[in-house]
Amino acid sequence: MNGAQDLGGTHGHGPVKPEPNEPVFHAEWEKRAFALTLAMGMPGGWNIDMGRFARENRPPAEYLSMSYYQIWFAALEHMLKERGLVSDDEIDAGHSLHTPKPVKRILSPGDVAKTLHRGGPTERDTNTAAIFKPGDKVRAKNINPLTHTRLPRYVRGHVGTIERVVGCHVFPDSNATGAGEDPQWLYTVRFDGRELWGANGDATVKVSVDAWEPYLESA
Amino acid sequence: MSGHDHDDHHHHDHDHSELSETQLRVRALETVLTEKGYVDPAALDLLIETYEKKVGPRNGALVVARAWADPAYRARLLKDATPAIAEIGYAGRQGEHIVALENTPKRHNMVVCTLCSCYPWPVLGLPPVWYKSAPYRSRAVADPRSVLSDFGVTLPKDTEIRIWDSTAEVRYLVLPIRPAGTDGWSEEKLADLVTRDSMIGTGLPKSPKDIAK
Repeated sequence: MNGAQDLGGTHGHGPVKPEPNEPVFHAEWEKRAFALTLAMGMPGGWNIDMGRFARENRPPAEYLSMSYYQIWFAALEHMLKERGLVSDDEIDAGHSLHTPKPVKRILSPGDVAKTLHRGGPTERDTNTAAIFKPGDKVRAKNINPLTHTRLPRYVRGHVGTIERVVGCHVFPDSNATGAGEDPQWLYTVRFDGRELWGANGDATVKVSVDAWEPYLESA
Repeated sequence: MSGHDHDDHHHHDHDHSELSETQLRVRALETVLTEKGYVDPAALDLLIETYEKKVGPRNGALVVARAWADPAYRARLLKDATPAIAEIGYAGRQGEHIVALENTPKRHNMVVCTLCSCYPWPVLGLPPVWYKSAPYRSRAVADPRSVLSDFGVTLPKDTEIRIWDSTAEVRYLVLPIRPAGTDGWSEEKLADLVTRDSMIGTGLPKSPKDIAK
């Protein structure tokens, strides 16, 4: 979706403000919102792409005015309610009021270390061959889906060069909608700064994105 | 209490009450999910402890230090970073597919996630606020030199700047240039020169002088 999350090249956000000796979390609730989000992935049954869409899918003014963990928490609430695992009256009451829906598994303390260590690799086996090879010229397609995509607007329509064939990876555009993993070849594509930003762009800059084959066409 | 103290106190209360609405809602949701048996609070505590105390940029600094000290390791890291980093014991969530980017006198690498907050957790921990912020995500790809100047970093005009936008599940780790005057240093000591920002590309490693201070 062309939402506020797609920030590359937008103006007016001001300077970057690094915080010296920044703590990992800035409030107790951030820690809990973070941990709840990670822990609910397993019983909640959603995947990382559904999670990302739940975060970005909100009015731009709202997205830009919320803190990072406020967005995480809002997305968590949304996904829980969407699946009927929690309802508003329960959050308002601060207690479970309805019979819990059965869930497959929950994260036990004993599983935390190995679950984090395993992670969620997204590379998949495939019988298809990659269409592009390093050095090939490709154009990022002009696509504007209302649903989740990982092709940022600032590269759409622009020509770049295949830098690396990454492998065959879960395709977020499909995975986010629940339509399955639909693995696709993934490439690192390099663009010249001036191709993206015009004649006034910095000629010493090159920008790479990781782009799945359905995002690309020969150029 | 002086008037100044009073003002500070007032602002503090104001911030606190704004935060408390979210705080109460998070607490309420945790209670609901715990009562339903969907989460175990002890698992939540462990998740928090992991990223507050165990997994952070010191991991990445040790990877970089080894690459500086051991040419064979450096070659393995640049060829396929995920198994090379796993050799030192770091792997997993948000670091399933890591690529190491070598800085040279002619090329500087810098990493961003314009679409969200993708970051190599096993080697750097959780991202700082600025990395997830609109100013960084918007400008890193279009005007990286101005972003570097926000960090007090100025590169030569002819240095090539390579920006890596983490739009898939590949996570990038910058391998900075080894500072001069560090011949014969141990990996532990070299790691003290490696800052988090130098592994994102918004900073440079410390010099031996910096840590002698």
